[in-house]
Amino acid sequence: MKVLTLNFLTCAVRACKSSSDSFPLHPKDAELASDDVEVNPQLLVNLLPRLDWKALRTTSAELGFPQLPEQPPTIEELQADEKTLKDLHSLLMETNLMEGKLVCGHCGHEYAVREGIPNFLLPSHLV
Amino acid sequence: MLPTPDTAHVPYSRVYEPAEDSFLLLDTLSSPSETAFLSTHFPSSSSSSSSSSSSPTILEIGPGSGVVLAFLTAHAATLFGRQDIFSLGIDINRFACAATATTVTIACSSSSSSSAGAAGAGKFLGTIQGDLTSCLRPQEIDVLVFNPPYVPTEELPSLPCTLRDDNDGQQQRTKTTFEEDSSLLALSYAGGKDGMEITDRVIDSLPTVLSRRGVAYLLLCAGNKPEEVKGRIRGMETGEDGERKWSAETVGTSGRQAGWEKLQIVRIWRE
Repeated sequence: MKVLTLNFLTCAVRACKSSSDSFPLHPKDAELASDDVEVNPQLLVNLLPRLDWKALRTTSAELGFPQLPEQPPTIEELQADEKTLKDLHSLLMETNLMEGKLVCGHCGHEYAVREGIPNFLLPSHLV
Repeated sequence: MLPTPDTAHVPYSRVYEPAEDSFLLLDTLSSPSETAFLSTHFPSSSSSSSSSSSSPTILEIGPGSGVVLAFLTAHAATLFGRQDIFSLGIDINRFACAATATTVTIACSSSSSSSAGAAGAGKFLGTIQGDLTSCLRPQEIDVLVFNPPYVPTEELPSLPCTLRDDNDGQQQRTKTTFEEDSSLLALSYAGGKDGMEITDRVIDSLPTVLSRRGVAYLLLCAGNKPEEVKGRIRGMETGEDGERKWSAETVGTSGRQAGWEKLQIVRIWRE
């Protein structure tokens, strides 16, 4: 699963849906793998407007990636700033979460990630 | 005609094998009318008249072998008129999650190495083991595809414990018994009352899961009472955006029997 996916996921426990602490989920003991993907600035520019930037900054920091700027860059800024372009490309397009856990900041439930596939099925007492 | 993704690696003893319903989805989603609809609905900067919209997300629920999700991802440029789509699969069956990831990856790499150059594959986010849309943030999905367990059955199959033990700290087993395989397959077709018990949960989640511009493609069989289902969707609450009513139209059919369409694809969106 691409790390980017974390921007679209939240805790599966119903009671956590209304809490802002359930997003983003926090990677724990994460093992990452990197694909080699060609840099495509336009792809990032089309993607950025739909991302939750604050959550992305949190994910980036928690995975030990370079600090992202406070505001999402514009197309001009992205094309002028090779470092941010590279950082974002690497984080969003190339990085996969292979093993570890995803932890909800509200209920503390840990979702196991194995062989790149997180398991969001809840034990029966949480359904 | 666009090539059908290779699924030779999929273990069909425990993952649904592509069949007439899967192929109806491929045919419908690659029909001229649907590619025209999708390209207009999600305009990209390469289309001359309109301004670019942000990258669409594509979700298939219950991708099984992954044949449909692989088709949508590998042929993104042809089907959506843009390559910057991000696709995701959610399946309750872990074997289906693994199979789908392989199917999509193979289809995208063969698409990009074909003679047509980069051939327009989109980006694959991955697969998630989960219960329908329960792990998704609201309003994030732009295209949702669901080939549901639509066969009317007396009851719904229960979840084999192999599906759950992952989060209970035990090692997930890679070997399954014949009974477990049978119940994994039952999850892919058994739909309970009118074959609609699972589909109804997905329909109920659409206003939450779909973005404002979101579109869903849902497969129904005649036993699902499709006209009633469409009527119910058209009557769904529109939420804050009261002016844009829900639409539900049949956009693909197959297997005519005694004047009834055996299978059909319904497109659902706000208009």
